[in-house]
Amino acid sequence: MSDSSAPPAARPSLLEIRGLTKSFGALKALQDVDFTLGEGEIHALLGENGAGKSTLIKVVTGVFARDAGTVRLAGDEIAPRSAKDAVEAGIATVYQEVNLLPNLSVAQNLYLGRQPTRFGVVRQAEMRRRAHALLLDYGLDIDVGAPLASYSVAVQHITAIARAVDLSARVLILDEPTASLDRHEVEILFRVMRKLAADGIGIVFVSHFLDQVYEICDRVTVLRNGRLIGTRDITDLPRLDLIRMMLGRELAETTHERAASQPDTAREVCVSFKGFGKQGYVAPFDLELRRGEVVGLAGLLGSGRTETARLVFGAERADSGEASVAGKAVRLNSPRDAAGLGFGYCPEERKTEGIVADLTVRENIVLALQARRGLHRPLSRREQDEIAMRYIRMLDIRPPDPERPIGLLSGGNQQKALLARWLATSPKLLVLDEPTRGIDVGAHAEIIRLVRDLCEQGLALLVISSELDEIVTYSNRVVVLRDRAHVEELKGDAVEVSSILAAIAADAPTAQEVAS
Amino acid sequence: MKASTSVAITAAVLVAGFALCALQFPNIASTRVVANLLTDNAFLGIVAAGMTFVIISGGIDLSVGSVIGFTTVFVALAVERWGIPPFAAFALVLVLCALFGAAMGAVIHVFDLPPFIVTLAGMFLARGISFLLSTESIPITAPIYSAVSDFAIRLPGGGRLTAIAIAMLAILVLSALLLHLTRFGANVYALGGSRTATALMGIPVGSMTIRIYMLSSVLAGLAGIVFSFYTAAGYSLSAVGVELDTIAAVVIGGTLLTGGQGSVIGTFLGVLIQGMIQTYINFDGTLSSWWTKIATGVLLFVFIALQQGLMALARRSSVKPPGVKPVGVST
Ligand SMILES: Nc1ncnc2c1ncn2[C@@H]1O[C@H](COP(=O)(O)OP(=O)(O)OP(=O)(O)O)[C@@H](O)[C@H]1O
Ligand SMILES: [Mg+2]
Repeated sequence: MSDSSAPPAARPSLLEIRGLTKSFGALKALQDVDFTLGEGEIHALLGENGAGKSTLIKVVTGVFARDAGTVRLAGDEIAPRSAKDAVEAGIATVYQEVNLLPNLSVAQNLYLGRQPTRFGVVRQAEMRRRAHALLLDYGLDIDVGAPLASYSVAVQHITAIARAVDLSARVLILDEPTASLDRHEVEILFRVMRKLAADGIGIVFVSHFLDQVYEICDRVTVLRNGRLIGTRDITDLPRLDLIRMMLGRELAETTHERAASQPDTAREVCVSFKGFGKQGYVAPFDLELRRGEVVGLAGLLGSGRTETARLVFGAERADSGEASVAGKAVRLNSPRDAAGLGFGYCPEERKTEGIVADLTVRENIVLALQARRGLHRPLSRREQDEIAMRYIRMLDIRPPDPERPIGLLSGGNQQKALLARWLATSPKLLVLDEPTRGIDVGAHAEIIRLVRDLCEQGLALLVISSELDEIVTYSNRVVVLRDRAHVEELKGDAVEVSSILAAIAADAPTAQEVAS
Repeated sequence: MKASTSVAITAAVLVAGFALCALQFPNIASTRVVANLLTDNAFLGIVAAGMTFVIISGGIDLSVGSVIGFTTVFVALAVERWGIPPFAAFALVLVLCALFGAAMGAVIHVFDLPPFIVTLAGMFLARGISFLLSTESIPITAPIYSAVSDFAIRLPGGGRLTAIAIAMLAILVLSALLLHLTRFGANVYALGGSRTATALMGIPVGSMTIRIYMLSSVLAGLAGIVFSFYTAAGYSLSAVGVELDTIAAVVIGGTLLTGGQGSVIGTFLGVLIQGMIQTYINFDGTLSSWWTKIATGVLLFVFIALQQGLMALARRSSVKPPGVKPVGVST
């Protein structure tokens, strides 16, 4: 530490990365990257999808072997050769892919490998007690003896974070930790992060939410195509400059104006639900979806948004009410029924559940379309290539190589490919659950534009999003949910962030709630 | 679906089956028959305990039958021809088995090969070596053998709980403790849940894999020793196909072939069910012993279908717990 060049920040530096290089075959994922993290600093690592953020993290934590470069932790050179080595050195990481074990209990997930034992026997009760107390710190009061799989993605993420932090780390790396958390949970996480930083832990934070970066981070480092673009103090960096650093160009301006709204009645009703619901899941609701219209579903996590989507797609069987398509009552008991009616559903957990990692990008994109056509009418290779290339171009999937196994793409690019899978089926009704999660600023604007285009082509869209700005931008109507019930429907000029927030927050029971 | 549900189903099938057998042949409901059933299946219970670990961890071990065969031949030769004292021979053969299992685990981990292929190779290898050692059946006459087979705890009603049955019960209890109460056991479930996630959580996946296959082979070796007591002989063709009976017992006991879920108690019930079918056929006297295989096959189908059905049911009715109450953050 007798180095004469003081780190740029006033803080003593904790993690110093110099000249890090990593190639996957011909692809240079990282080239000569430097990165310095100070004690107690929250440092954002930013860049487009595929820029090399996750790769940097995996190289530092020994998941991938590096080609060149050095990593120093508190002055000592380290070269972890596995995630275990990194943990022992004091670098705790929550990776982008959920890296927990759904079949084990929450408590086991928190303490796997370091359960309290007596004479070699795991002290179950003690472990549960500690796990429960630990999660209370994160604002979760749950049964830690239940399998992790029985909880939402958000709870799973918080569990992963709690585990990583609890490993008495000096450096904590969070790769897109907030991608599936709602506002409230993000607040909880940020409070925890600030507390940890105050204790002197250095935190690396990867995110595509620039608001969050400005809210929580001290400095940012930007990567583009595997190269270091620069490190800046967040206070000296206007947002437009940051975006320019990330994209290497100006962001094509997306008008955050609302789509011109025609009167509802001008459009033909495509699908409608009457008194549709399921006991203990979502209270019965009425919903009409019209051609060429986007309906947004807003509400806190757990308010019943995803549950509504699953009912609409038949993934969950409704026990009351009826659905009709073009005025005719239809059976909607399974996803198969829904697909037959021309519904498409791009679920929230697509990152972990939707992709078939060993298949190529092309095969992943044509999967749903092929399934719909049936096996006796295979798509010719030419058609497949055409479809794949069209969506690769449309969504800017990188690298634009349809023959690459999808598992080797970066997280955000996998997500785009999945979106392409459902778009390729040209459905009548498309349900998108958080379509912009984990997608970079550039592609984010593309997807919003895409949603509008689809709508103009006469699709009916039902879109779930936690980003209210986004929902307001493309929705003609917004349904607000609270406590697993549809509590309000905003139309026309009433579709505003403030009115959605008011509806989410309203404490007074609405007429509908009282009635049910 | 809860692991306990499938164990409960297995237990119900066992009880119902036993009741039916007892209705037809009242003599079946005696300590003598039950104790004999335990003795006859002692070796199966011991290998199945090891197989439970392997399958929960997401693997499979096809070599166990051959390892049993190898052990009986090795022990017989060591004791009868090479003049090695029996207990030294046991220790020696268990060390060999441990090395064999460790080697399979290491190959699976290092070369990232499917356990099916590696243990299939292990199966041929172990069987081949036993043939190399000897192709004939070698009777074992060492005094310890007759002493052990004479030993038994007398049960009320005339049953004899033999030494090898006691050994099986002890091993099952120890395995259950190891699987359900220790860190090692938790890691076995973790591996079956997801290998990559387990590795990312800092669990040494390589050494776990090695130790799991080592455990399976050592238990197969112990089963081989027990088998040599049972038959008082060593024969290179013994226990052919036992790996399949073992897998069947484990699966009937509610352990998922895909890994991540299962229990030793379930496996024990699975072994008892197979033993019960065998006993029924013996009592009947007119049925060919191949009926055991047929009944086991049918049961396997039924159980796998049941598991899938129950799982689908559980998935359908699973409502994510809404009780995620936010509370204040202590800072
Ligand atoms: N195991 C792998 N084999 C081959 N190529 C890989 C592998 N992992 C990543 N890549 C490639 O390395 C590049 C960088 O990927 P990385 O996952 O680091 O991106 P990222 O910045 O984390 O993006 P995102 O924001 O989408 O998560 C991408 O082009 C990706 O396709
Ligand atoms: Mg990434």
